[in-house]
Amino acid sequence: MSDHEYTPKSKAGKWFNDRLPLLTLGAHLTDYPTPKNLNYWWTFGGILTFCLLTQIITGIVLAMHYVAHADLAFASVEHIMRDVNYGWLIRYIHSNGASMFFLAVYIHIFRSLFYGSYKSPREVIWIIGLLIYLLMMAAAFMGYVLPWGQMSFWGATVITNLFSAIPLVGESITTWLWGAYSVDNPTLNRFFSLHYLIPFLILGLVVLHIWALHVPGNNNPVGIDIKKPSKDTVPFHPYITIKDAFALLMFMIIFAGFVFFSPNILGHSDNYIPANPLVTPAHIVPEWYLLPFYAILRSVPDKLGGVILMFGAIFILFVLPWLDTSKVRSAVFRPIYRQFYWIFVLDVLILGYMGAMPAEGIYLVLARIGTIYYFAHFIIVMPVVGLLEKTDPIPMSISEPVLTGGADPALARKDNEKI
Amino acid sequence: MSKEENKVNRRDFLFTASYTIGAVGLGAVIWPLVHQMNPDRAQQALATTEVDISQVQPGNSITVLWRGKPIFLKRRTPEEIAEARAVNLLDLPDPQKDEDRVKEGKDEWLVMIGVCTHLGCVPLKDKGDFNGWFCPCHGSHYDVSGRIRKGPAPTNMEIPKFEFVDSNIIKIG
Amino acid sequence: MKRSNIKSLLFIVTLLFVSTARLYSAGGEAKPLKVDWSFKGITGKFDRASLQRGFQVYKEVCSSCHSMQYLSYRNLGEVGGPEFSEQEVKAIAASIEITDGPNDQGEMFTRPGRPADKFKSPYPNVKASIAANGGAYPPDMSVLVKARPGGSNYIYSVLVGYEDPPEGVMLDDGVYYNKYMIGNKIKMASPLSDDIVEYSDGTQATIDQMAKDVTTFLTWAAEPELEERHRTGVKVIIYLILLTTLVYLSMKKIWSRVDTEV
Repeated sequence: MSDHEYTPKSKAGKWFNDRLPLLTLGAHLTDYPTPKNLNYWWTFGGILTFCLLTQIITGIVLAMHYVAHADLAFASVEHIMRDVNYGWLIRYIHSNGASMFFLAVYIHIFRSLFYGSYKSPREVIWIIGLLIYLLMMAAAFMGYVLPWGQMSFWGATVITNLFSAIPLVGESITTWLWGAYSVDNPTLNRFFSLHYLIPFLILGLVVLHIWALHVPGNNNPVGIDIKKPSKDTVPFHPYITIKDAFALLMFMIIFAGFVFFSPNILGHSDNYIPANPLVTPAHIVPEWYLLPFYAILRSVPDKLGGVILMFGAIFILFVLPWLDTSKVRSAVFRPIYRQFYWIFVLDVLILGYMGAMPAEGIYLVLARIGTIYYFAHFIIVMPVVGLLEKTDPIPMSISEPVLTGGADPALARKDNEKI
Repeated sequence: MSKEENKVNRRDFLFTASYTIGAVGLGAVIWPLVHQMNPDRAQQALATTEVDISQVQPGNSITVLWRGKPIFLKRRTPEEIAEARAVNLLDLPDPQKDEDRVKEGKDEWLVMIGVCTHLGCVPLKDKGDFNGWFCPCHGSHYDVSGRIRKGPAPTNMEIPKFEFVDSNIIKIG
Repeated sequence: MKRSNIKSLLFIVTLLFVSTARLYSAGGEAKPLKVDWSFKGITGKFDRASLQRGFQVYKEVCSSCHSMQYLSYRNLGEVGGPEFSEQEVKAIAASIEITDGPNDQGEMFTRPGRPADKFKSPYPNVKASIAANGGAYPPDMSVLVKARPGGSNYIYSVLVGYEDPPEGVMLDDGVYYNKYMIGNKIKMASPLSDDIVEYSDGTQATIDQMAKDVTTFLTWAAEPELEERHRTGVKVIIYLILLTTLVYLSMKKIWSRVDTEV
């Protein structure tokens, strides 16, 4: 990361840069050597940054009009929708933006799982990413409570009640979280405060995430280490900036489709019913992006067991770099792992579907199978496949597979050669 | 033009076009974010208020709230009107004829925003040296036409847009 | 080759699975009837006359029990809605007595409504509403269309869905059978009957007509921004397609400089 060669063109620029090297940073980001073979799955980092900024900007604007009091919250959201200039637009961007944010983050994570981006030396990038993901879920959960609809209230009740499963201190922790003896006005107030705070914590982690990335540089579809700069890399600007811009625009078309033509399809109609502590909805369901975890939670008959497994499902991701024993990074060259990868994707989709269904009958059975398989994938499949799999030959450089029409075994790295 | 130059021109045009169209979009995005801070439709709906003045006797005044500010509606006696019109304009820090501060044919009715033009306090009625209002914050005196006579206030109390819906109702705003 | 076919198949099956999750229904109620609403689709607009008739139905039939607390009378004159004239809006508002105050004596008083006022609720609070309606709360209708799965189709279906209960189904006093209501039981008797309202524009007030009109009105009430949203959406997406094309061409131009395109 040493670009001491960069000197600003103007005297004023040089004066400033000597005191705070922002221009050097800018030059570093502009010239940053990026693998030239990145495919479109790599554009989601930029898309995620756009999503974060969109949520922050629309969120701050909404906070100018929203009232975080149990008696006024629902009405204040209707006030935003009906009276505030462009209020409906800003609100729908924010609510659908949350869904788009999670859509992008899941694609981003699954890219990482396929191409081995979590593997050495990128473990810290992966862990920071998981922390961002955890904060995203906390922020989204609390944000959904704010309109104070039926799902807001009852979703909050179900999830905060989980903490009472903790032995000895569970009840006290739950009361402490609530600030009352059930989800009530104090809960709403503090959720609003924290919901405003968390995106800025995420912003800080994103900076660390990108910084940590710039140490080894980007992974790439072939998964091999490359020298930077070299004929295998291109400067970030204009090559990657324009590609990210194109991908972002495609993403925005889908986003606009939801905002303008189907703004409530990803939500739940019950949340347009004002919160009523005396009436529980027939089916309490979280937003779609939390459904797989909800399925895991409900698949365990024991309350504490369900909580442990639900959090376990996220925490197991933290140790993935050490569970995966393969010396080969990218699934492009891992024919066995590739099969298991797609089965894992299917498993997560099935868990998501089960999360939306009542926890009974065939749905519960499938949720349990899905949960067991989820953990089996990490605890059994990843270590075992990595050790036993015969990987395909890996190319020596990025350009080589294109020029020769395929990975030539003669040109491939040796099996024990570090990639 | 050579083929190379043509290529460069087309490329520059493409990039310029992209940037320009992109900038237009950015502007279109920024407008709602700015405009949402302007008064919303509920505020705009309260932008006018109607006041029933049928119970106010000559010499008395009432105060109502309009756009969050006090409005003084004073029904002046003939003597008060004459007093206001007898004042030499050169004596006024902010010269203005009393006739210009009321509606023609309804000279009794003085309708003004009851906010001192100095720093915004609400002046007290029937006080001060000029038979009008007195602002206790910094000692501004207003006369029976609401004009500043003495003290730090720079201008006369503001007359809002108003009209007589009929002889009993005044619409302000 | 074969593997990717299986993969694609898996994906399609899963997507179908996931997308049909929305249609899950718990009980024996029938799926809502489908109406070809004028406001559906990306260029959907409200039928102005239907909105005005629908308001008349709301006012004469529904408003005695159902509040609409998030609407103001001025909304009836705003662009994108029934678009009553300014005089009509003033008259509608003035026909209602609104409680205001306290006055200078500290008492509440009533006065004729003004356009800026919110719609008057039939009951002073929710508890009064429940007590007056046999223990069931007639829901506020400001966002009712958004608060029910199936939306406009569902509301319409319930209004036309009253029928005799099937064999063996017992109903308590004050409970009625409805083919489309979630759970099939509803504590509101059929509110519409032929010609219960005399439409000022002369349209025949059949149950079906009134159901369509009041549902259109309720849809507008829940989504007054719908027409502007559709209009803006079309412009935004056309703009994005244009910009995407320009950026795509720029991208191709820039990447043509790289010797081997990967």
